[in-house]
Amino acid sequence: MAGNNMTSTEYIQHHLQNMTFGLHPENGWSMAHSAADAKAMGFWAIHVDTMLWSIGLGVLFLYLFRLVAKRASTGVPTGLQNFVEMMVEFVDGSVRETFHGKSRLIAPLSLTIFCWIFLMNIMDLVPVDFLPMLAQKVGAWFGADPAHVYFKVVPTTDVNATLGMSLSVFALIIFYSIRSKGLSGFVAELTLHPFNTPNKLAQILLIPVNFLLEIVTLLAKPVSLALRLFGNLYAGELIFILIAMVGLWQLPLHFPWAVFHILIITLQAFIFMMLTIVYLSMATEEQH
Amino acid sequence: MNLNLTLIGQAIAFAVFVWFCMKYVWPPVMQALQERQKKIADGLDAASRATRDLELAQEKADETLRESKEQAQQILEQANKRANQIVEEARDNARAEGERIIAGARSEIDQEINRAKEELRAQVSLLAVAGAERILESSIDEAKHRELVDKLAAEL
Repeated sequence: MAGNNMTSTEYIQHHLQNMTFGLHPENGWSMAHSAADAKAMGFWAIHVDTMLWSIGLGVLFLYLFRLVAKRASTGVPTGLQNFVEMMVEFVDGSVRETFHGKSRLIAPLSLTIFCWIFLMNIMDLVPVDFLPMLAQKVGAWFGADPAHVYFKVVPTTDVNATLGMSLSVFALIIFYSIRSKGLSGFVAELTLHPFNTPNKLAQILLIPVNFLLEIVTLLAKPVSLALRLFGNLYAGELIFILIAMVGLWQLPLHFPWAVFHILIITLQAFIFMMLTIVYLSMATEEQH
Repeated sequence: MNLNLTLIGQAIAFAVFVWFCMKYVWPPVMQALQERQKKIADGLDAASRATRDLELAQEKADETLRESKEQAQQILEQANKRANQIVEEARDNARAEGERIIAGARSEIDQEINRAKEELRAQVSLLAVAGAERILESSIDEAKHRELVDKLAAEL
């Protein structure tokens, strides 16, 4: 446990607080020293730990895959190349099964989503105190108060990260919809369904109802995408933190939960990828 | 749970990663995969072609073997026939030669016999004359009786 003089609530809250750098109304651009500080910063703040870990892991993923891609041989593949090819074929197969249009973007997008989310999720398996403690030591070395060094390792337990991705996917959904159906087609899709009558007057009356229903459907996509991933990982993280508080007994508890969590980690990455493909394929498909 | 700039930062990072993946990771790996697929397909193709070729070659070899066997049989038969012919011819020749030799010998024997007969005849007439002379003691006109005896000898 980090700091034996903390209460349980403080410990949990400490663990769930991001390291925030932002524009404080009083202190200007600075690190947040407490949750209240971070709250006061409002929108103009950035979670340094989330950014650091997500970009670091993304770069790691791209570095490994680029390494293989550069010397990809058509001979007998070995080691890392085997793994990369397996991933690429798996993603390619999933995309081919679900997405019937032609696009150079979808498959690499899906690969990036799956691998990146998987790597970010897997940080959850690192024991919850290791990296925050390390960060406190480093922070203390730089002259900061260790108690105020917050460090959250798993980027996907930060709703900003998941929402950032799902909003990008949302933008792609709109882009693909407009590209394949035209702007009028997209608007028609939002307003002329699901209620449709040949009677012109009745149709006009139905437009607001249709629009309300369709816009909710549309907006639910990115929100559900982001919150599903965030919720699963946040809950998992919270349970790891709770387990970490029981002292020596955490060992037999931690292991089964970690094993079970491996499933969640992979599954959530896969679900995010599959739903992205499905949404984009729905966006490009012709109206029926 | 506070939304802030991190959201935008994440979106940008995500976009950059996807762009990089699309540009530098996906195409080479896919290309390598497809090339390998093609190579394997070609290899399998070549293997099946080789098997077919092998079958053809085997068939051809079998046929050649059968043909040569037939030819050998033919040659053997011809040789046998020829040998028989030669033996036959030799036998004929030998028979003819033998007959010729026998005929020659026979004619020689005939000649000998004739000569012997002539001699005998000549001597018989002489002996007869001498015998008669001895018996009759010069009472015989030699010229006259000689003719008689020669006639007698010619009847032998």
